[in-house]
Amino acid sequence: MTIKGKAFIAGAYEHPDRIIPDKSLSQVSAEIVLGALADAGLGLSDVDGLLCAGDTPGFGAISLANYLGLKNLSYLDSTETGGSSYVLHVGHAAMAIAEGKCKVALIVLAGLPRQSGFYGVSHGQPPELGFEEPFGLTIPSGYALAAKRHMYEYGTTSTQLAEIKVAASHHAQYNPNALLQKRVTVEEVLESPMISDPLHRLDCCVITDGGGALVVVAPEIARALVRHCPKVLGHGEAPKYATNGRIDLTFTGAVYSGPRAFAEAGVSVGDIDYASIYDSFTITVLETIEDLGFCEKGQGGRFVEDGTLQAPYGKLPLNTDGGGLCNNHPAFRGGMTKVIEAVRQLRGEANREVQVPDCEIALAHGTGGFLGTRHGSATLILGREDA
Amino acid sequence: MTPDWLPSPTPDVNAETRAFWESAAHGVFLLKRCQDCDVVIWYPRELCPECGRMNTEWFAASGRGSIYSYTINHRGEGAYKDASPFVVAYVELEEGPRVLTNIVDADLNSLAIGDAVEVVFTGAGEGTALFRFRPVAT
Repeated sequence: MTIKGKAFIAGAYEHPDRIIPDKSLSQVSAEIVLGALADAGLGLSDVDGLLCAGDTPGFGAISLANYLGLKNLSYLDSTETGGSSYVLHVGHAAMAIAEGKCKVALIVLAGLPRQSGFYGVSHGQPPELGFEEPFGLTIPSGYALAAKRHMYEYGTTSTQLAEIKVAASHHAQYNPNALLQKRVTVEEVLESPMISDPLHRLDCCVITDGGGALVVVAPEIARALVRHCPKVLGHGEAPKYATNGRIDLTFTGAVYSGPRAFAEAGVSVGDIDYASIYDSFTITVLETIEDLGFCEKGQGGRFVEDGTLQAPYGKLPLNTDGGGLCNNHPAFRGGMTKVIEAVRQLRGEANREVQVPDCEIALAHGTGGFLGTRHGSATLILGREDA
Repeated sequence: MTPDWLPSPTPDVNAETRAFWESAAHGVFLLKRCQDCDVVIWYPRELCPECGRMNTEWFAASGRGSIYSYTINHRGEGAYKDASPFVVAYVELEEGPRVLTNIVDADLNSLAIGDAVEVVFTGAGEGTALFRFRPVAT
């Protein structure tokens, strides 16, 4: 059983707004859903699969289906793995389609954190709570613990981390919807206020309202649509946590999810023309690049120097929408926009200045949760419709 | 220097962890060991996550370890909103586990990964105490 070639992404839509003061969450979800379906050339009545995660309040997929009035649903999936959920959902949608459970699957992310601060649902008290919560661990400080240890083991520097933000800002200057469109220098990153040593403010992603949606369809539907529909080639997923309390902060779950995705897709890192890699913080990108095999473990700092990540001519054009660091990180969850920009690149519809020439194979990777404690990891490999 | 005072929110206590927190309030750092595979377990639980059996026993740990990683947090949130800058760290205990904690009584400018530390306890209400660590003079 493989999902390779058995599902296609027919619709992808990113909400154009980054600050939304005057709409309800469900209203924003509906705008996003209609946008993605219009992009695909499909309608609400065509949808028979619905996938969403912890950003969807209430009864998850049931509440959302109820609001949207979806009448033909035969597959539901509310798998929650934080910001990686939507990358993972593409794999789950493809599996459901391959097994004949649905033909048109909708994946939805929406949030209004600038209104509400809502991170997503949390059910009860997890068993680790007492051993983490009382010590003032914030989200940035967990990533800072990882960065500090990576620096200690491999000699990674703040300047190297800053290169990742510089590349994101280089791309964001061409994205008229990006929250931060100004190019920044390494010096500006290093001079920005320290949030949690060694991470500066400009090592951290933006906080934005909005979201996005994807429409994943069966091959016969993709063939009938006018739109270019990138092909799902493979996906991998895994949790990463502190194995019996012996946490290793220097690697991510990409060491597990990456090889699974590459094996299913039948491609290697050298085949990847474009990569969307989760950039909640600069250190997230650096560790993930190593873990996916784009360079040797510990060499991420050197790899990102000299414009490696800058489109269109860098060795590994990365997050050409400006990523979470500059463009958008809706609902504190970056996985959706990672897939959307990969779809744009494969369609040749990225912003002109950052479009990778002849982009055939793209990778999207999500890291949902926290490098400092535990996270979900999902890797997705897509190809052009004719790949 | 680290702040003279840190907030001490009451930890979440459940049936599996009550003994740990009550001992902490008496100045003893308890750990669990699997009686079948001999591994030391963290966070404390009835199940051994290595061998999958439920045959674990408490023992008193040394309270000594070294810094595995640390960060000076300049933006505390919640109870820690006004505590910055303070140190969040993973300390690797002599017995093996790496525990999330705070470093206290330390010079912020001279902290380093690998530094030797020892446990200190701060009362956290409802008969509990938080485990924190301070540098050991070498």
